[in-house]
Amino acid sequence: MTTITDHLPIDVQGLRKTYGDFAAVDHLDLQVRPGEVFALLGPNGAGKTTTVDMLCGVQRRTGGTVSVLGEDPHHDSRQWRNRLGVVPQNTGDYLNLTVREVVEMFATFYSDPIPTDELISMVGLTAKAGAKTNALSGGQKRRLDVAVGVVGKPELIFLDEPTTGLDPQARREAWDLVDYFRELGATTVLTTHYLDEAETLADRAGVIAAGRMLAIGTIDELGRTAGYSANVTVTDLEGVAGVIPSDLGVLEPDARADRRGGVLIGTDQPTAVVERLTRLAREQGFGEIPGLTVSRPTLEDTYLRLIQREDAQR
Amino acid sequence: MTMTSSRPTTTASSAPPAPAHRPLPGLWRTSLARSVSELRVFFRNPQSVVFTLALPVILLMIFGSIFSGKIEGTDTDFKQYFVAGIVAAGIMSTAFTGLAINVALEREMGLIRRLAGSPMPKASYFVGKVVLVLVTSLLEALILIALGTALFGLDLPSDADHWIAFGWIFVLGTAACALSGLAYTALIPSANSAAAIVTPPFLVLQFISGVFFPFNQLPEWMQTTAGIFPLKWMTQGLRYVFLPDGFSAVEPGGVWNLPLIAMALGFWVLLAGFLTAITFKWRGPKVR
Repeated sequence: MTTITDHLPIDVQGLRKTYGDFAAVDHLDLQVRPGEVFALLGPNGAGKTTTVDMLCGVQRRTGGTVSVLGEDPHHDSRQWRNRLGVVPQNTGDYLNLTVREVVEMFATFYSDPIPTDELISMVGLTAKAGAKTNALSGGQKRRLDVAVGVVGKPELIFLDEPTTGLDPQARREAWDLVDYFRELGATTVLTTHYLDEAETLADRAGVIAAGRMLAIGTIDELGRTAGYSANVTVTDLEGVAGVIPSDLGVLEPDARADRRGGVLIGTDQPTAVVERLTRLAREQGFGEIPGLTVSRPTLEDTYLRLIQREDAQR
Repeated sequence: MTMTSSRPTTTASSAPPAPAHRPLPGLWRTSLARSVSELRVFFRNPQSVVFTLALPVILLMIFGSIFSGKIEGTDTDFKQYFVAGIVAAGIMSTAFTGLAINVALEREMGLIRRLAGSPMPKASYFVGKVVLVLVTSLLEALILIALGTALFGLDLPSDADHWIAFGWIFVLGTAACALSGLAYTALIPSANSAAAIVTPPFLVLQFISGVFFPFNQLPEWMQTTAGIFPLKWMTQGLRYVFLPDGFSAVEPGGVWNLPLIAMALGFWVLLAGFLTAITFKWRGPKVR
């Protein structure tokens, strides 16, 4: 039997992690395909790190079935670790060792490591190769973390917020590294707060909140997950709800920080919506509809809507 | 987005085809890498060198200069008695105190988590610690013995028997202290509190195990309590090595009792090794 699922690097069914009554991860399903970059998105405390920790064998799951590179992470075999790269969320410290010494030591543990100097150059630390790690800046330490995580030329890489704390330049370099491993055929799972990072890097993404997968799909698919092909937004217009019937569009407060107080209308008929808004604006004495935008939903729109809806339910 | 409903069954047949990998590096190579790393980190850190190695040396200098007179019922200078005891305490300082603090720190710095995430054989971490502790403890012992001989009238043994005894007492004592230190890290909540939690047992055991006071003059309940722990057996063994044979008259039972010393230290190696095996955490809330 040769179906695509036979080769899924990650296949998770009903994954759960509970602490007493609290479910950090709640019946989560996840399939990651070979060679893709998968982004796990969600607010702080959504369960992203707990999920990744369970997949790379750092935390034990309460329930569900998990296959990572064809193995249950509980088995934790050396051969399995040899094929896996993990960059944890917390930045590591190595006291009085130099960058090169740290990378060299970790390289010793793998069967086919990336040559040390090549890797150090890939993460942009060549100038610091001989420097003690405690003399590195936060961003440089994070890059060393990435080097330590991928030194074994992994087939599957977990990056838990790899670019948090990096300056824009260093972030680009980290992105290049993800592309490098994509070209090698590796599969990458990354958690991130940055939606632009997911949009740039990821083939597919999942949005998780309160331990549950709210939506999963390609970045384009996720843009449509909110259910409408267009977003119309206005600000400072009274009585919008009265002119947009529910079969024409759905109103939500505009969640973007710079447009607080505005209204966002998800619709498949943007022209009809704008017509009605135009009438409403004229009635209120506006020549132009205040703050009008019409756009295709982005990952950010979907993300904010999903998170908002989730918050409203709790 | 739903794919086919069949699931991999985690057997070899359904696992992704593993590319032809070179064999994993052997235990010797990974242990060597860890050992080199351990020694580099230790000797490059002035704090660890000073606090771990220098404290017993300072104590030797202070108390070696204060203590005077013979030990009651013997011809032996208390200074010599103290030097033998402080060598044992020095071994405990590097192997127990130093190691427990070191592991608590590595747990918090993310090193243990990253090693656990790599294909390093778990044993290599412990081999690295053993090498570190043997090297530092031996260095500590040699410094104390050298100072004791030069300044406080310690006589070095002249025959092979005593040096052989020194060898096995050193190795068993170091192993017992190191494994106890590893097991003891389970009680340390964070690196901040490590020194505060590790120091009391070390301090108390020094007072009741025949380092600062002649063991035979301690109350019997204190002697019994000390007899439960390794330090008392290490000081007794090192007194055999460094003090005149006649001194055994004031030892418990009037004999050196080397077999019992070997058994007691061997028992602690096994017990602490077992405790380490069941309590050492590669992951969990304390491992960042």
